[in-house]
Amino acid sequence: MVVELGHYALALALGLSMVQCVLPLWGARVGDGAMMAAARPAAVATFLCLLASFGALVHAYVVSDFSVANVVENSHSLKPLLFRITGVWGNHEGSMLLWVLVLALSGAVVALSRSLPERLRALTLGVLAMLTAAFLLFMLLTSNPFMRVEFPPFEGRDLNPLLQDIGLAIHPPLLYLGYVGFSISFAFAVAALLDGRVDAVWARAVRPWTLAAWVFLTLGIAMGSYWAYYELGWGGWWFWDPVENASLMPWLAGTALVHSAVVMEKRDALRVWTILLAILTFSLSLIGAFLVRSGVLTSVHAFATDPERGAFILVILVLFIGGALALFAWRAPMLRQGGIFAPVSREGALVLNNLLLCTACATVFIGTLYPLALEALTGDRISVGPPYFDATFLPLTMPLVAIMPLGQTLAWKRGDLLGAAQRLTAAFALSLAMVAMIVALTHGGPVLALAGVALGFFAVAGALSEIVTRSWRRGASLASVWRRARGLPSSAWGAAVAHAGIGLLVLGISATAWEVETLAIVRPGETINAGPYTLRLDSVSSLGRNTYKAEVVHFSVTRGETPIGRVTAEKRFYTTRGMATTEAGLMTRGLGQIYVAPGETLPDGGIAVRLYWKPFVLLIWIGAVVAAFGGGLSLIDRRLRIGVPRKSRADSRMLSDNRQILGGG
Amino acid sequence: MCLANLFRFTAVWCLAAWISAIPAAAVQPGEALPDAALESRARAISMELRCLVCQNESIDDSDAPLARDLRQLVRERLVAGDTNAQVVDHIAARYGEFVRLRPVFGPHTLLLWLAPLAILIAGGLFVLRSAMRGQGAGPPPLTPQEKKQLDDMLRDEAEK
Repeated sequence: MVVELGHYALALALGLSMVQCVLPLWGARVGDGAMMAAARPAAVATFLCLLASFGALVHAYVVSDFSVANVVENSHSLKPLLFRITGVWGNHEGSMLLWVLVLALSGAVVALSRSLPERLRALTLGVLAMLTAAFLLFMLLTSNPFMRVEFPPFEGRDLNPLLQDIGLAIHPPLLYLGYVGFSISFAFAVAALLDGRVDAVWARAVRPWTLAAWVFLTLGIAMGSYWAYYELGWGGWWFWDPVENASLMPWLAGTALVHSAVVMEKRDALRVWTILLAILTFSLSLIGAFLVRSGVLTSVHAFATDPERGAFILVILVLFIGGALALFAWRAPMLRQGGIFAPVSREGALVLNNLLLCTACATVFIGTLYPLALEALTGDRISVGPPYFDATFLPLTMPLVAIMPLGQTLAWKRGDLLGAAQRLTAAFALSLAMVAMIVALTHGGPVLALAGVALGFFAVAGALSEIVTRSWRRGASLASVWRRARGLPSSAWGAAVAHAGIGLLVLGISATAWEVETLAIVRPGETINAGPYTLRLDSVSSLGRNTYKAEVVHFSVTRGETPIGRVTAEKRFYTTRGMATTEAGLMTRGLGQIYVAPGETLPDGGIAVRLYWKPFVLLIWIGAVVAAFGGGLSLIDRRLRIGVPRKSRADSRMLSDNRQILGGG
Repeated sequence: MCLANLFRFTAVWCLAAWISAIPAAAVQPGEALPDAALESRARAISMELRCLVCQNESIDDSDAPLARDLRQLVRERLVAGDTNAQVVDHIAARYGEFVRLRPVFGPHTLLLWLAPLAILIAGGLFVLRSAMRGQGAGPPPLTPQEKKQLDDMLRDEAEK
């Protein structure tokens, strides 16, 4: 019964989203306020229906209703409750439902947010509803999660064990929040094109969505990367896999969008480009979804195994991307071109940032799709792997990191390159000193890694010096400097923190050049070394759980003569699916990690063990989280919210007086 | 979808997932060459070769039997005195171009290798051109005739 209600709610949501699409768009065309106003309740109702629908599916998973095909294929009654719930989006149908739910949620937020111009809101909600309706139609026709099976089996097929992990449970929702945020920017861009008007109000309305999308996408990608690191068992954190590239492309374009939107807001320039970028960023999210969902990634021929879904997504893709780009080509010339500016200025640096980011994005795009296109056109099969991306992506992104502090130091309108360079002298000297120290300590290292270290330190120190030079005055007391620093707008802090985060990320990546790997066959009682650490294989025990059996390998770790702890690694075998996984043993030492992964067991009891000492590896994910935090800081900047009346000094004085009275009483 | 179909689908899918998800012990300790320099070259080459039966893994990362055979082949060729390029060419000749993770530079990959640079240059030129046009300091001033036209229009508007 609950399942049927969920199914019904899904169909109802489709109807409502069609209302939400047609009425406001038509209303905006004929100038009918009542029709435009209908978008708001429709958006909220669509969201509520989808929430009910999602709730119904979660319920089916929680009670293990094996009369539902989707639950049979992806769940097991003995699985822990947490993974029964996260299993809902661990598969195609469920993840589509989650995607649409998040999309409808954002629609409801747009509908309920105050202080948006009525016409812009109506158009935006109409465009959003078009997307919702398309995806709902896709789900109902080809990927319905509520399909029943004729003869319910006694037990489910269990979820792919690689996905039974808390990291991968929260990875997709984060990514979807990112993708969906960009779809809101897209809807705003299309609305602006339909309306023929782009102004500062538009820029301010879009900015929080773009920034929030960027923050979530950053966190989502970082989470996915950390999951791959500890779950796949060989300690890599980025594989240039097409699935990863699918999320990296919108991230790169989105990063460019966040920056070009700033130029548009502050200097009223790059209007047309920002609109185009908003369209492209979302298009890349859609293409990513198509690549991942259609199976076209493995081979062009895999597309044929499920042509219905693939073809449907392809149609959605062509309609939305093609439609938006056609609209852009038609309406963009009518938009008023924005202001002009000098090449040496903050906005000039941001244009360079956009150029490099977009080229990097295009490179990833070509590298990911070239083999598919070549195979489709000529039948030749080639692989484009990490060596290609290392050779093309790094030369584009390394200069980007290098100009990052410089761009932030330059003033708007007309910058002083020499002055900016002078202000960065300390940061530059510091980064060179750090590299010299590392060379002295480790007797050199690969040139590329040393350059990376220099860049990373330069980015972090440059971000710090930006805050310091903006708050330090000659002869000022430390307290007043601190006060001034705290008084800086949170968007300035946000930019500095985000840039420092990227610097930390670069440092973490560069540090992988110093990782130590040891492969050995170890028997109980024997030891194995990596870097300064020694691991002794103490014992091997077995473990039986509800859905898997495991062989647990216990190690004790020493540094020199000092014991510093124990670490266990597991080899699991999931009985229902007949799949084996490796749970690497991790021990964090400072910012580095000891990583041990057991391989096959030999007849004489020896275990093939891969042991790594990965110094500073955590900086990779810490950097990403810090960058996302910077984005969040920027998001809470009061000045960027529309409709927030500027608080006058008198007001805030009164407020603090009141506080004193309250505090005193 | 009827149940038999469902299970067939699931079984095939599971098999595929199993093949791609065998725990990666990858390079085994016993495989290493005694000569450290040669071994590190072997590792570097392994990272450039694709495991043909896996989902986007290099033979260095993969535990599949075929990957192991290829790793051994790499080491045999190295011991026989091949250069890195010769080893990769030898394996590509046997297993096809698909095995190379670094595609060769040739007529069919021209676009692939040159695109990043071409896009950067084209984008840079576009930015420069826009900047140059921007330096032209706004639209040209109105001609007297245009000015008169504008005045007329404004007057008409005011009279309405």
